[in-house]
Amino acid sequence: MKTRHLLLLALMAASGLLTGCVNVQPWERGNLADPAMTAGNPLGGSMSEHMWFSREAASGGRGVGGGGCGCN
Amino acid sequence: MNTSLNKKNNQTKTKLIATVAVQLLGAFLAVAAPLKEGDAFPNLNQFGLEGTVPDIHGKVVLVDFFASWCHPCQESFPVMEELHKQYGGKGLVIIAINLDKNKADMDDFLKTHPASFVILRDAGNKLVSQVKIPTMPSSFLLDRDGKIHAFHRGFKGDETRKQYTGEIEALLK
Repeated sequence: MKTRHLLLLALMAASGLLTGCVNVQPWERGNLADPAMTAGNPLGGSMSEHMWFSREAASGGRGVGGGGCGCN
Repeated sequence: MNTSLNKKNNQTKTKLIATVAVQLLGAFLAVAAPLKEGDAFPNLNQFGLEGTVPDIHGKVVLVDFFASWCHPCQESFPVMEELHKQYGGKGLVIIAINLDKNKADMDDFLKTHPASFVILRDAGNKLVSQVKIPTMPSSFLLDRDGKIHAFHRGFKGDETRKQYTGEIEALLK
């Protein structure tokens, strides 16, 4: 019984370790921070972003410095 | 005879599985503890950094990690330049450590954000992998004994500038 429990524990730990998920470290996010990685229309994006933060009193969350790069 | 052999086999099996389980759990929990205030900052000479590592013995040191693609880093450079000019002669050494993949990106960045303080490059990410900064930029203010006096996560404009000034002046006294 004890063996079975330990085996189960080992399998649970292994399943967590062997998932293939990778953490992109903060200093490795240069490509994510590239403006080309920003979703949406590059021409109209800045205008809609401006309207968004004017209306919501909030900015960030899109593109560089708040999107992928994890800066600040 | 057979029973005792089976028992021994089972015990060995249990021990083996227990060892594997403990090792896997250990690997799970083996997260390097982040540096905290009061800890000694790693010796910069041990990481093969590109550039000339200055002699920081007995100096107050600001170690900043930056990259060209990081917007707050761009904002931090004029502030660090100002601090360098103001306190450089009084015992402050500012060391900015670049983490760009390509050196050319760093060079371009430094053309638009000129700096007269020390710039080093952690091309192999050896230092940053040990320090494990949580965000870009991150900076450590070290006292004259090389211990971490303050850690700054990110750069928040005037707020960070005021914190830097207060802490540096207190350490230089």
